Amino acid sequence: MTHVNEHDTASSNELIAFRLGGQEFCVDIMSVRDIRGWTPTTPLPHSPDYVKGVINLRGSVLPVIDLAARLGFSSTEPTARHVIIVTQVGTQSVGLLVDAVSDILTITDDKIQPTPDVASALARCFMKGVLAVEGRMISLIGLDSVLHTHPNPGSVN
Amino acid sequence: MDSMAAIRQTFFQECEEQLAELETGLLSIESGDSDHDTVNAVFRAVHSIKGGAGAFGLDELVRFAHTFETALDLVRSGRIEADAALVRLMLRSSDTLADLVRVSRDGGAMDDQRVAHLHDELTRIADPDAATAAPAVSAPEASVDQTANAGEAGDDDGFVPLQVSFDGLLGGDADAEPVAADSIFRIWFRPKPELYAKANDAAKILREICSLGEADIACDVSAVPVLAELDPEGAYLSWTIRLVTGLGEDAVREVFEFVEFDCEFTVEQEMPADPVFDFEPEPVAAVLDQAASLAEGEAEAPAIPQKVMDRIAEVAVKDAAPAKPAAGGQSAQAQASQTIRVDLDRVDRLIDLVGELVINQSMLTQRVTEAGIARLSEVAVGLDDLEQLTREIQDSVMAIRAQPVRPIFQRMSRVVREVAEMTGKSVRLVTEGEACEVDKTVIERLADPLTHMIRNAIDHGLETPEERVETGKPEQGSVRLTAAHRSGRVVIEVADDGAGINRQRVLEKAVANGLVDPNAQLSDGEIDDLIFHPGFSTAGSVSDVSGRGVGMDVVKSSIQALGGRISIASQPGAGSTFTMSLPLTLAVLDGMVVNVAGQTLVVPLTAIVETLQPKEADVHGLGETSRVVSMRGAFLPLIDVGHELGYREAETDPLDGVAIMVETENRAQSVLLVDSIVGQQQVVIKSLEANYGHVFGVAAATILGDGQVAVIVDVDAVVAGRRAEPDLANRKRTAA
Repeated sequence: MTHVNEHDTASSNELIAFRLGGQEFCVDIMSVRDIRGWTPTTPLPHSPDYVKGVINLRGSVLPVIDLAARLGFSSTEPTARHVIIVTQVGTQSVGLLVDAVSDILTITDDKIQPTPDVASALARCFMKGVLAVEGRMISLIGLDSVLHTHPNPGSVN
Repeated sequence: MDSMAAIRQTFFQECEEQLAELETGLLSIESGDSDHDTVNAVFRAVHSIKGGAGAFGLDELVRFAHTFETALDLVRSGRIEADAALVRLMLRSSDTLADLVRVSRDGGAMDDQRVAHLHDELTRIADPDAATAAPAVSAPEASVDQTANAGEAGDDDGFVPLQVSFDGLLGGDADAEPVAADSIFRIWFRPKPELYAKANDAAKILREICSLGEADIACDVSAVPVLAELDPEGAYLSWTIRLVTGLGEDAVREVFEFVEFDCEFTVEQEMPADPVFDFEPEPVAAVLDQAASLAEGEAEAPAIPQKVMDRIAEVAVKDAAPAKPAAGGQSAQAQASQTIRVDLDRVDRLIDLVGELVINQSMLTQRVTEAGIARLSEVAVGLDDLEQLTREIQDSVMAIRAQPVRPIFQRMSRVVREVAEMTGKSVRLVTEGEACEVDKTVIERLADPLTHMIRNAIDHGLETPEERVETGKPEQGSVRLTAAHRSGRVVIEVADDGAGINRQRVLEKAVANGLVDPNAQLSDGEIDDLIFHPGFSTAGSVSDVSGRGVGMDVVKSSIQALGGRISIASQPGAGSTFTMSLPLTLAVLDGMVVNVAGQTLVVPLTAIVETLQPKEADVHGLGETSRVVSMRGAFLPLIDVGHELGYREAETDPLDGVAIMVETENRAQSVLLVDSIVGQQQVVIKSLEANYGHVFGVAAATILGDGQVAVIVDVDAVVAGRRAEPDLANRKRTAA
């Protein structure tokens, strides 16, 4: 965590950019542990629709989240070409299902602009800001809120 | 601060070991098969606890340990006989010592009166003839207090020189010790810094020497440098002691037993009339004053005679390098190297990794088979070897977490003592199979249920001594505690030779509580099983011992929470036997692998009673959505697991599936409906909570041979979910 913080305060950040439903997003590279191809998941009972299930990541049980569904897009029908980005926040590891990884960006903090008001409420609560890179717009995803997925049994369904 | 906390933790860990050794020793003294070594070991255990406790300023612990040690020393030196009453007192003292250690570690209140009472009793043992020996016994007490006070003052005011008074000892012992056949020893003693680093204290050694006879002590402060050069953790003082004692050289050397590698010392016997070795002892108080003033920086010129003494002593050290202690030291070192302390997290990480290895290996085997490689080819044969190796590695790694049940069995002997005292019954605890090994966590979580069962066995199971004599039984009742490995599980039995279960009373009580229909015909076994029913307690009146509102149902649920089962066999007049069958480890689970709605699930085998193919005539609808299955006259709720866990919308036709009859923690029976049974398998339990969170109806996850994650069904939750709100079911699970 200290490492991540150090990085935040540094003038430049490295980000992993990926595509999802025709748009581009990115996450801080410091929180990415692994990138792997799609493998079939084991669905969990009583889980929200954006939880694709769990996979075996080198002996530990890793939940996979359909990021498109989490952001309010239509849910992904994964194929062998889809990618799971294994991220770590705090003590937990979570896999994010995305369409494809596109780029590694190095940007400075001042390049990050506030999220425009037009975005949907759901999308806005996961986005920390937007970046303009070579004419493209890339949304920066804050993982903390994405990972707050623990369903408590009372609120399921 | 952190390193101090770590040392403190190590001290308490070692205390636990010493306490176990103490109790083992005392028990073997009690049973009569002890020798001098046992007594020594017992003494050493108390002594080590005292030594460590002194370093941490645990004054109360030090005081009690000291009195205990004094009494033990008398036994050790053969001055008092270890009869049954004394051993019982010693055992109670060891219990209290254990309590004091625990209170020192965890905080909390101590029954001061009990401690004081035992303290008195021990003092009286050590000092049956108050008139003559009183000074000898009370003097060390006084010095300990002084030391403690000085330490406290030091905490408040910063550096305060420690002052130890030997006056009481020097005066008091002259009368108490036998004067006949005295020999004179000249002892030279110089501690190394290690001695202090290991929380020993030169003053204690000196005090112990004083207790051997009449001692003149001179302190050599010549090596103390000026303050600027003084290493606060260095050792600069040495002592010369002239000891007149009735004891032999061995007894004198024994004083140095614990510190022999951390100090230099010589013991020479002196001819009483030999004038050459005579020396003038300096008054101790004066020497300490001198040391104190030196510590403040006013260095004084070293006294030449002391230097000469040093030189002589150094030569003597070289000559007298004693063969016996060295041999003892070697064996002690050999023993120490047999165990290592390892962080549990590291072991668990290793277990995880080996689990992965096993899965990887089986995936590889599967791929090779799929690739069409002949089974007798070299590749396949090599893979077979690999499989065997990985299984062996897995077993060995699991064995690291395994611990013998001995410590917990030993704790039970204390429970027996206490309950026997409270109930006025005479009880003998017989243990068997203490070397049986079980997972550490299983052992830890076994303590409470076992304590409860032992209490029950004595309080409810055994008759009073009078009743026993009337029925022709020996007055002393016995409780047998045995452990044994049986087909991959450990079986622990608690058996008493009491009156057995009073079925008449159990049945009356069950009827009165509305647990059983008054007209029901129950078999003996079914009546016995009633005592596991929640809220059932046969104790007519709530007793101090076991009637605390928790009954055998709590025992049963804690055993089940460990993946175990408990059963009872009772014979009127001959006693009852509780049998617990527990898994060897919590890291793996015996499960039935089933298919439900295209998913592979694992049902814990401990919950399963039987499997069956339901017939059309057995399945009945109940209300609009519920169905029941009739099994031997009873109607059990039928639960479609796939529907319950949300894998499919519609409930499946019971006739297409396989029914698994399960029993939950509260002994309710239900029937789970699955599509098909794949087989039985041992699976490695993987946490779902670590990366995700708790999922209703799921106990944990596991990884199957094909690398896929499978969900382990929480049978209780699935069954409870049928009837209760999820919140309620959740609360129930947390309570369990």
